[in-house]
Amino acid sequence: MNQPSQIQTPSGGKMIATMVLVASICGVLIVGAFEGTAGAIAENKRIMLERAVFKVLPGAAGVREYAATAAGIQPLAAGEAVPARGVRFYAAYDAAGVLKGIAAEAGAKGYADTVRVLYGYDTKCQCIIGIGVVSMRETPGIGDKIITDAAFLKNFEALDVRLNSDLSALTNAVRVVKHGTKMNAWEIDAIAGATVTSKAVGRGINDSAQKLLPMLVPHIAELKP
Amino acid sequence: MTESLSQIFISTLLTNNFVLAMFLGLCPFLGVSGRLSTAFPMGVATMFVMLVASLCAYGLNMLLGYFHLEFLRLISYIVVIASCVQLVEMVMKKYSPALFRALGIYLPLITTNCAVLGVALFQTAREYDFSQSMAFSFGGGAGFTLALVLMASLRERLQLANVPTLVQGTALTLILAGLLSLTFMGFAGLGSLE
Amino acid sequence: MSLPNQADQGITFDTFMEGVWRQNPVFVMMLGMCPTLAVTVSAVNALSMGVATLFVLVSSSLLISLIRNLVPKEVRIATFIVIIATFVTLTDYLIQAVSLTLYEALGAFIQLIVVNCIILGRAEAHASKNPPLKAVINALGMGTGFTIGLFALGATREIFGAGKLFGMTLFGDQFQPWVVMVLPPGGFFVLAAWLLLFSLLRSKSATEGGHAHD
Repeated sequence: MNQPSQIQTPSGGKMIATMVLVASICGVLIVGAFEGTAGAIAENKRIMLERAVFKVLPGAAGVREYAATAAGIQPLAAGEAVPARGVRFYAAYDAAGVLKGIAAEAGAKGYADTVRVLYGYDTKCQCIIGIGVVSMRETPGIGDKIITDAAFLKNFEALDVRLNSDLSALTNAVRVVKHGTKMNAWEIDAIAGATVTSKAVGRGINDSAQKLLPMLVPHIAELKP
Repeated sequence: MTESLSQIFISTLLTNNFVLAMFLGLCPFLGVSGRLSTAFPMGVATMFVMLVASLCAYGLNMLLGYFHLEFLRLISYIVVIASCVQLVEMVMKKYSPALFRALGIYLPLITTNCAVLGVALFQTAREYDFSQSMAFSFGGGAGFTLALVLMASLRERLQLANVPTLVQGTALTLILAGLLSLTFMGFAGLGSLE
Repeated sequence: MSLPNQADQGITFDTFMEGVWRQNPVFVMMLGMCPTLAVTVSAVNALSMGVATLFVLVSSSLLISLIRNLVPKEVRIATFIVIIATFVTLTDYLIQAVSLTLYEALGAFIQLIVVNCIILGRAEAHASKNPPLKAVINALGMGTGFTIGLFALGATREIFGAGKLFGMTLFGDQFQPWVVMVLPPGGFFVLAAWLLLFSLLRSKSATEGGHAHD
């Protein structure tokens, strides 16, 4: 230490200069990392999305992102925000470019936290033909039966979500019924012992379908190439 | 799907308690929970800082979103939250010395409490709007206070108990926290009606 | 300590081992508890979190040590936080580029590395006072110690809670997993159990007249 012995405060200029120097080093590092990894991250996100959509719509080979609003449907660029009051959905095509179905996200409060699922909608039979879990924090061994329980997943082989004649809502709201009492194609047979989680899945799908399908179905022809 | 304000509040207060279910803010939880008389002011001060942080983060996120600078989010959150707490501390010292004496010594400690940054990050990740963010941070702060007060009461009680020397100290505190966390799991399902 | 105590400025074996053993951040110092308990539901998550923290710790120590003589004392904490936040953002993007599944499993806890007391503690107590090489070695030690602690917790919780290690099933069909281990309370219990084990070992070696070994 070869400084004078009395205590001296460094000038404000030196403090600011140091902060500016540090901030610029950090700025360069962050921007570099952001630019350097942007491509790989976008690619990863695309692969994850495709994997999730292909799981609920077997046979699909390509995915395009759209948003449905009261005015109609419009394609979305990757990462683009959905317009206000709009719903994001994914159109899946098979290898020949024919529309295979629609996938959209649904969510409702489960036992511990929101259960979010992705469901696949088949345009021909107007029914839901598959679901996959996006995220949940349900109790392991109980709530997570919604991914493993074969009987529960059977509900989603052809869950009826037809629209009524004036295309304003579902003909029959999707309902979750007590285990073993499923009578109609629009009902979901709950898992015994995991009723709350089953109900969350059903309620989420109902809410999402009631909102998305009336906006989407009148314009479905626009999705066919 | 939008969550109602009361749902968010109850969920962060009990079901997804910040300390006992999400593991945020454990350092003060284990460190300051020795005495009830310090635990309560600490909890209140943290709740206050969380509200301020949540407010800042909400405004900042809108600003960053407007300029498409999302990659600066973390760095600006931490800097802005830290400076806001300093500012609040100074204002409080000037205009309300009584409040400052009660909470003042805890304020600097809280800046680097992960629960505070956690509030800001989680509300961004869940895309909460303004009132939802406020309910979330208020619930989080209240939940933190609740956990801290419960823990402090238990530990005060334990000082009178005859515990084997081997178990005394942090291990005992952790087991207590585990038991508390188990009890809080009983709140799961609250708010999922029907 | 078996090594001769060298001068304060020198780099000794202890510069590295301090963080691994004597001042292990998880088991001795009880620092950075939040990620320690939150992400250790499986061995893979625990290891990745440990490595991410190690990376931030080492790189921020290096940078802070390089500029240690430039930074005025008054703004040092602010500078440290900015530097640490930078490297955390860097790590955040790197993990996203490597694996999104891992990124979602670790969740907000990657960004919460910023407020991990170990890193700011090391910056303040060690990196800001020592030359780069020594700071890096010390940070490596601390980071390794943290990773070991996390891995010990993660492996224990995965083995008991899911009957697996690194995703491989260890036991037969008749094994009923202790689900509580992967739930939040399990985190507290497992850490408490490890601490008990260590204090048991310590009290044993103390009664046997511990200076024979070590």
